[in-house]
Amino acid sequence: MEIENTRPKRVDFIFNKEGIDPLKVVEKTIQRNPDDIILDMIDSGLKGRGGAGFPTGLKWKFTKNEDSPVKYVICNADEGEPGTFKDREILDQVPEKVFSGLSICGYTVGAREGFIYLRGEYNFLLKSLNEKLKRFNDGLKKMGLDFTIQMRSGSGAYICGEESALFESMEGYRGEPRNKPPYPTVAGYLGKPTAINNVETLVYACMICQFGPEKFREIGTRDSRGSKVFSVSGDTPKAGIHELELGMTVQQFVEEFGDGDTKAVQVGGASGGCVPRKNFKDTIIGYEGIPTGGSMMLFNSSRSMYNVLHDYLEFFTEESCGQCTPCRVGCQQLLKGIEAVKRGERPPAYLEDLKKLAATMKLSAKCGLGQSVANPFVSIVNNFREEIIY
Amino acid sequence: MLDVQKIIEDVTQVYGKSRTALMPILQAVVKERNYLEDKEMIAVAKALDLSPAEVFGTASFYTFLDTVPRGKYCIRVCKTISCHMAGKDEIIKALEDTLRIKVGETTVDKQFTLMTANCLGWCHKGPVMLINDEVYPELTPQRAIEIVNGYRRENAG
Repeated sequence: MEIENTRPKRVDFIFNKEGIDPLKVVEKTIQRNPDDIILDMIDSGLKGRGGAGFPTGLKWKFTKNEDSPVKYVICNADEGEPGTFKDREILDQVPEKVFSGLSICGYTVGAREGFIYLRGEYNFLLKSLNEKLKRFNDGLKKMGLDFTIQMRSGSGAYICGEESALFESMEGYRGEPRNKPPYPTVAGYLGKPTAINNVETLVYACMICQFGPEKFREIGTRDSRGSKVFSVSGDTPKAGIHELELGMTVQQFVEEFGDGDTKAVQVGGASGGCVPRKNFKDTIIGYEGIPTGGSMMLFNSSRSMYNVLHDYLEFFTEESCGQCTPCRVGCQQLLKGIEAVKRGERPPAYLEDLKKLAATMKLSAKCGLGQSVANPFVSIVNNFREEIIY
Repeated sequence: MLDVQKIIEDVTQVYGKSRTALMPILQAVVKERNYLEDKEMIAVAKALDLSPAEVFGTASFYTFLDTVPRGKYCIRVCKTISCHMAGKDEIIKALEDTLRIKVGETTVDKQFTLMTANCLGWCHKGPVMLINDEVYPELTPQRAIEIVNGYRRENAG
């Protein structure tokens, strides 16, 4: 796609309730062969919307191909990435579409049970979700589909958004990530093949089953098909949820959402990367540039990037599960390190040592949390070095 | 009085008597009383045929499963970046002043515990706080105090 300096294109798939009855989509889709559904998913180019971006069709295919009488499908609603709030909005406004996507996933991979793991911070949604879920489960039963969905709750641990930590939590253990492989499609919840998808991914899956893969793949770019729900916050007059076509540059994004004085955009939450003004034009938001689970935080000139980085590192220090040393100790040392440089107890060159530590964490931490601390650290230290030091 | 046996019974009826019932049981206890006492964790361990250390180990991992006494109302103010920029410090200051406690403390009448939390998922409507399960976005210091006063009145009446 040609990158022109146009405004980001707004899309209205996710929250649109017209022309779609989520239960009917399930009814229609389960008339089809699971392999055809998988082909549609692959063909659509849909990639997981939680941040990691694994192709959804392949995930379903791998789970389906596992030879096991018991399989599970799970909706990951443990939305904890700082700056992300789209899944809450989706579950609040169009929960039936999520149930629909999960049911289709269950039918496709051959699971009889599905779970929605909702973060404890969203417990206020539970009552209404359970009521709607009961009606939906009744609907599934009526159409003769042997599949039910249940709710599970988290209890305030960011790390449980990591899929294997989420399984541990559901199984009644500390939310400590497992080694991979085996991947969840082989051994997930209770050691059974498990397809675990983000809330938004399941809604797109439902929409693709309703309107066909062409409708989805005709927008976006070659590597980043379709649209995405963005959670916009920080220094912006348009904070909130926006569904946009993928493939725009940060520049285009900032022209639409900035306050005229944007100096940096944190793409992908605390675990994402910080894009400084000088790189706005050349950075594409998507898998060919800088991927995001939807979190877009804008900072204007009045903000200290030291404070921003300090906040992120504090976050990781508290949320690290403490299981592996690179992450447990690394997060603390990075935090202490920038504090020491700020106070003048360490020379500015110490930042280079800290960057080496971040690189080590990226290489050796057990899970995505520890591995991604380097993203904000290196991008902020490199681009706003003077703000960290003085 | 918190009846942990009844909670265990109710939850295991839905989830079975396996370890997968552990989180739901602990969550149900915390929903009733905001923290877990040793004797309750021992009772849960007995019911699920686990070592009490396993139950404590699981509980102590999770921020919302407190193992030290908390007030009837747990206030959690989001402190992550967007809420930070939107003024969470003023909210915390206002709450500290009205409750006359610091972050991490509980009022002497055991009604309120003031805490901070990592991102609560309301970045576009910060600052935000949770009081038990209820969420209060778009706070101002004045509004935060009014909300707390509302709970005080509810308690007195």
